[in-house]
Amino acid sequence: MAKVTFRIERCKGCRLCLTVCPKKIIAIDESTLNAKGYHPAGVTEPEKCIGCAFCATMCPDCVITVER
Amino acid sequence: MSIVFQRPHALIDKPLHYCPGCTHGIIHRLVAEVLDELGIEGTTVGVASVGCTYNSYEYFNCDMVQAAHGRAPAVATGIRRSLPDRTVFTYQGDGDLAAIGTAEIVHAATRGEKITTIFVNNAIYGMTSGQMAPTTLIGQVTTTTPFGRKPELHGYPVRVCEMLSTLEGAVYVERVAVNNVQNIRKAKAAIKRAFQVQQAGLGFSIVEVLSICPTNWGLSPEKALEWLGENMIEHYPLGNYKNVVLPSDKPASKE
Amino acid sequence: MGEKILMKGNEVIAEAALRAGCRHYFGYPITPQTEVAHYMARKMEEIGGTFVQAESEVAAINMVYGAASAGVRAMTSSSSPGISLKQEGISYAAGAELPIVVIDIVRAGPGLGGILPAQCDYFQMVKGGGHGDYHNIVLAPQGVQEMYELVVDAFNLADKYRNPVVVMGDGYMGQMMEAVEFRDVEKIERPEKPWAACGSEMKREHNTITSIYIDPDVLEAHVNHMNEKYKVIEQNESRVDVQNCDGADVIVAAYGTCARVTKNVIKDAAKLGIKVGLIRPITLWPFPKQAFEKYATTPRGFLTVEMSMGQMIEDVRLALNGKNTVEFYGRTGGNVPAQKAILEKVIKIARGEGGND
Repeated sequence: MAKVTFRIERCKGCRLCLTVCPKKIIAIDESTLNAKGYHPAGVTEPEKCIGCAFCATMCPDCVITVER
Repeated sequence: MSIVFQRPHALIDKPLHYCPGCTHGIIHRLVAEVLDELGIEGTTVGVASVGCTYNSYEYFNCDMVQAAHGRAPAVATGIRRSLPDRTVFTYQGDGDLAAIGTAEIVHAATRGEKITTIFVNNAIYGMTSGQMAPTTLIGQVTTTTPFGRKPELHGYPVRVCEMLSTLEGAVYVERVAVNNVQNIRKAKAAIKRAFQVQQAGLGFSIVEVLSICPTNWGLSPEKALEWLGENMIEHYPLGNYKNVVLPSDKPASKE
Repeated sequence: MGEKILMKGNEVIAEAALRAGCRHYFGYPITPQTEVAHYMARKMEEIGGTFVQAESEVAAINMVYGAASAGVRAMTSSSSPGISLKQEGISYAAGAELPIVVIDIVRAGPGLGGILPAQCDYFQMVKGGGHGDYHNIVLAPQGVQEMYELVVDAFNLADKYRNPVVVMGDGYMGQMMEAVEFRDVEKIERPEKPWAACGSEMKREHNTITSIYIDPDVLEAHVNHMNEKYKVIEQNESRVDVQNCDGADVIVAAYGTCARVTKNVIKDAAKLGIKVGLIRPITLWPFPKQAFEKYATTPRGFLTVEMSMGQMIEDVRLALNGKNTVEFYGRTGGNVPAQKAILEKVIKIARGEGGND
């Protein structure tokens, strides 16, 4: 049981989290723009998350909180 | 469920001004995590330098002093000598530390000042828009080496860890990178050890962090990480260049 | 009254700083002020203070910047070429509103110039030297006793106004030995420094020491705030030694060593029936304009005497604002104006035969 929360208003859409997710369940949400004008990242299949925190470790902007 | 990863307390909750994918954000967080884990946010004074991180004092929750270009190790010397029970660190880029501030870093190291330097090497000047840094690689294109860095015209890239590790006052010298999760974890361990070395009063400690500058490298953050892994590490090998025994170290099994 | 001791000017500077509570000195050797460092090296080790022989003047001033940021009394000393190198740090300290004390034992320039005494750092210390809208408080002693008193005052003023304070002597004053009495140390003021970056102990918001303000309105507000502070300093802290000016035929404006020489000229001229007054600025900034305004129309003419090609004379002229003539006599290169030469100039002005060559 694991949960990641993305604080999308802080996301700059840099995609670094995508590159490290072992489950490949993070994607850029092209349908959303945050206040800074970026398409933010988010989890597509939350049930597959293992709470490894790789995404949060790689995120330069402290967008991601991980619970397990 | 409990929270296993969140913003450290020593990093102020505000948006960073860095470009998308800039790894300064990761390195800031690692320093802040170490301040949290060692419980020293309230007893630490950081020194911000000149470059993209000139205002890192807006992000770190400890007391901060902004220094002139290259002078952070001298400023840190003044602070640490005045506050012997405090922890003092500098956060400097490659232009600041290895060009204009070469004298200050070399002499702070050789005096064995009890300070910790976080040296971010991204092989380029970021703030002033992509000029050659002392650490720019041979062949690397920058706005002041438009046809690539040529040794006969621009000299050779400086290897700071190798240079400083020859000095007796520098007791902990390590080069890390933040190009993948495994390396980020190693980077944090190195930063933590560097602070512990200072706390033990053993001498000068420095962690060089290979970092990316997607904007001025002209690469996506993802490609920039690959470029770091494929090009920078070859010239700047990762690993420990100088170590010292800490009181907290477990007795090492001799090989 | 305490005991009088025969001491060298440079050593008195160091002793004064110690008595003012300075326990952090950062320096770099340069003639003719290096005895300050010698004295500090010995004493700081004995009393557990900090002496660092820095790798350069640039590093030394930045160590002072760091120590002052941490909330302690800190000082550096140098001489003219070294002071040029420190100007960056002084500008930063002014911008960050740090109380620092800088000693300049002036030698002849420009460039490496010479190692003998001069007053040709007036512009670089009084008019800024570094970049930006700022002022140093500049104190100019005329001898070893006053050197002691002004160095103590420098620390008090620096803390009071959170501003760099310069004590500017010349090579003679640094090297000469005179009797000094270490009096009045009880007047040392040590204000609280809640702004210092010394560790929050998690009991307050974190403190920041900085001189950078990227937002133009914020920077302008900061510079305006500094300017208000300078107005208060100008109002309260200007100091001057006025001698013999009532009804004077000629008034000489001179500071430091030149003022000492002029005092003898006053006696010589009196024998010839010429009354010579002396206005000796003790604070070069704030410049004691009021004394010049008061006596602007008293003498037949003013004479500025300096060990330079004429730097303070600009402030004398501004203070007089065209109300009287100001002539100049100066020597440079390490030479000191001779009593006789000043007297000749004074006689010409008194007889209405003046005029700069």
